[in-house]
Amino acid sequence: MNKPLISVQNLHTSFFTDSGEVCAVNGVSFDLDHGEILGIVGESGSGKSVTAYSIMQILASTGKIVDGSIYYKGEDITKWKEKQMRDFRGKCCSIIFQDPMTSLNPVFTIGNQLTEAIKLHTDKKGKEAKARAAELLELVGINEPERRLKQYPYELSGGMRQRVMIAMALACEPDILIADEPTTALDVTIQAQILELIQKLQKELGMAVILVTHDLGVIASMCDNIIVMYGGRICERGTAHEIFYNPKHEYTKGLLRSIPNVTRMKEKLIPILGTPINMLNLPKGCSFCARCDNAMKICLTEKPEEISINENHKASCWINVRDAMINEGGNADE
Amino acid sequence: MSDILLEVNDLKQYFPIRTGFFQKTPLKAVDGVSFTIGKGETLGLVGESGCGKTTVGRSILRLYEPTAGQVIFDGEEVTKNNINSMRKKMQMVFQDPYSSLDPRMTVEDIIGEPLDVHKLYSNKKERREKILELMNYVGLNSEHATRYAHEFSGGQRQRIGIARALAVDPQFIVCDEPVSALDVSIQAQVINMFEELQEKLGVAYLFIAHDLLVVHHISKRIAVMYLGKIVELADSDELNNNPLHPYTQSLLSAVPIPDPDIARSRQRIVLEGDVPSPLKMPTGCPFRTRCQYATEQCAQECPTLTDRGGGHMSACFNK
Ligand SMILES: Nc1ncnc2c1ncn2[C@@H]1O[C@H](COP(=O)(O)OP(=O)(O)OP(=O)(O)O)[C@@H](O)[C@H]1O
Ligand SMILES: Nc1ncnc2c1ncn2[C@@H]1O[C@H](COP(=O)(O)OP(=O)(O)OP(=O)(O)O)[C@@H](O)[C@H]1O
Ligand code: SF4
Ligand SMILES: [Mg+2]
Ligand SMILES: [Mg+2]
Repeated sequence: MNKPLISVQNLHTSFFTDSGEVCAVNGVSFDLDHGEILGIVGESGSGKSVTAYSIMQILASTGKIVDGSIYYKGEDITKWKEKQMRDFRGKCCSIIFQDPMTSLNPVFTIGNQLTEAIKLHTDKKGKEAKARAAELLELVGINEPERRLKQYPYELSGGMRQRVMIAMALACEPDILIADEPTTALDVTIQAQILELIQKLQKELGMAVILVTHDLGVIASMCDNIIVMYGGRICERGTAHEIFYNPKHEYTKGLLRSIPNVTRMKEKLIPILGTPINMLNLPKGCSFCARCDNAMKICLTEKPEEISINENHKASCWINVRDAMINEGGNADE
Repeated sequence: MSDILLEVNDLKQYFPIRTGFFQKTPLKAVDGVSFTIGKGETLGLVGESGCGKTTVGRSILRLYEPTAGQVIFDGEEVTKNNINSMRKKMQMVFQDPYSSLDPRMTVEDIIGEPLDVHKLYSNKKERREKILELMNYVGLNSEHATRYAHEFSGGQRQRIGIARALAVDPQFIVCDEPVSALDVSIQAQVINMFEELQEKLGVAYLFIAHDLLVVHHISKRIAVMYLGKIVELADSDELNNNPLHPYTQSLLSAVPIPDPDIARSRQRIVLEGDVPSPLKMPTGCPFRTRCQYATEQCAQECPTLTDRGGGHMSACFNK
């Protein structure tokens, strides 16, 4: 492939709060290609949402990108003015959130909000915009679109509201759809409908999707590539196959061990002990060190380098560096 | 027979909902539910949001006065009159560890409350010892006794809630989504603790959760609810390997499996539409509006839960 659609490089995002600087994202880099579904998993508070919001530049007022660049088709959008960013958010990149109720306005009808979005982001007007609204509702699998357009958000079920949000996000025909925990608030059977819908739209419209979730099951069925985050950093990345069957970072290994496994139901779960890290006071070395059973001396003091496990897989854990050295650059590092 | 700890017979819980100026319609949150739980056993309860799981738990503990039906605990019917003494044997752990504990109370006060209510100690020293023992049981550090609930993480708060439930030495605990609000890495700690407590103390659980993998892991048997009714009940491995009811089949096929090969190779049965409102319950089988096997009979009559062999119960005419 040629240039990636999005290239995030060494992103640092912080919140400046009364109790100090919260370093939510600390040097995150990744590429997103056209038509790719990229999954971001990780512990609560590990910086998944902040990474996504940094791309859109929709951070809380205390939040700021303090370092790094985000390239969209080769242009650094962190240097763009707010007006350009508005266009970017309107035409190139859309986001859907966990709770659709917070992003829909309760006092306007679905039709009203949807046509407004269409008028704002495309050159369709009046009747044309309205027809497009109905078409979009149909696209996301809502029956009787004409009737639904006249309804208010509270009259719809949670699954239907999430569909409306997706319709809204598609109004501008974006290249990139960011979905931040899009199904966490929904039941499994409704979740399956929404995931199926995202997959279908991604194929039909050729969008790239960034799927943020803490649910490894959702990631396993949806994503080509996966990023695992811990403490504001990427601790491991690779294809779904590599991450699930050949995890190399101690956090990823622990995470996979701690969930019930279909094939080993009656075995005891092995939890990750300890508590999540304090983002106000980041450790000097590896952020997972305090909870890691196999931590070494160096893990306390030095941040692990990211090394290639193979061409589809990278991890930032000193154990891999050590193993690579033991193998004298054999199979681990080429 | 003597192994049965809890017996629920045709439990109904209707809530009167105002639907017009002069009109009230009963919302049938639980509509004729029956099951048993053995001593030291875990029964899992799953189903979509609003299907009545929490209401079942609350009605058993008489946090609601049931509309109809019977709850028999250890051979004795639970009634309005004996519920206070029954609460020494039956407890509940709530879903949300953030809102179910008063943040301004210390851990000691929270765990001590049921001890005070049921006067389970003779002096201050004994009270304190009991509290420390309970904290130890659930893996909380004794130094934490004087700290406030808001100073703890979600997993720790859930432990506090469990210690409180254990304070009266119950034989049965309703666990209402006890791990749903916790981070994946913390969930396993709490699930293990439930299992260890059961091994040590022989407590029985009604374990409500929407994560079917977790329920499968912890339960001996599983009941599946849909719109206020149990549609299938079976041994957990049997239910997972051989689901009979069309709803259970689609539910299981929709569970996201954290294994890419399995996740991508299996066939999802994606249900059309949403769960109907419990105020506008369909006639006949509650699932028929979304069921691919529905026939004329399903619209006329409601299938009852019947044994399909080996205690595998299902409520469907066609499957
Ligand atoms: N507005 C804010 N002010 C201060 N800190 C914030 C703010 N928003 C996020 N943070 C902090 O930034 C860190 C990363 O948060 P983020 O929301 O990205 O986590 P996440 O990985 O999305 O977690 P979750 O799975 O819980 O959604 C957290 O420690 C969080 O407390
Ligand atoms: N006190 C109440 N008054 C009126 N209706 C109620 C009351 N409690 C519950 N309901 C209704 O009864 C039905 C069953 O609710 P319940 O909370 O038992 O569902 P649930 O299966 O626990 O759902 P969830 O998975 O969302 O927790 C719902 O339609 C709910 O709105
Ligand atoms: S009884 Fe009929 S509608 Fe109900 S689940 Fe069975 S086939 Fe479907
Ligand atoms: Mg988030
Ligand atoms: Mg509930």
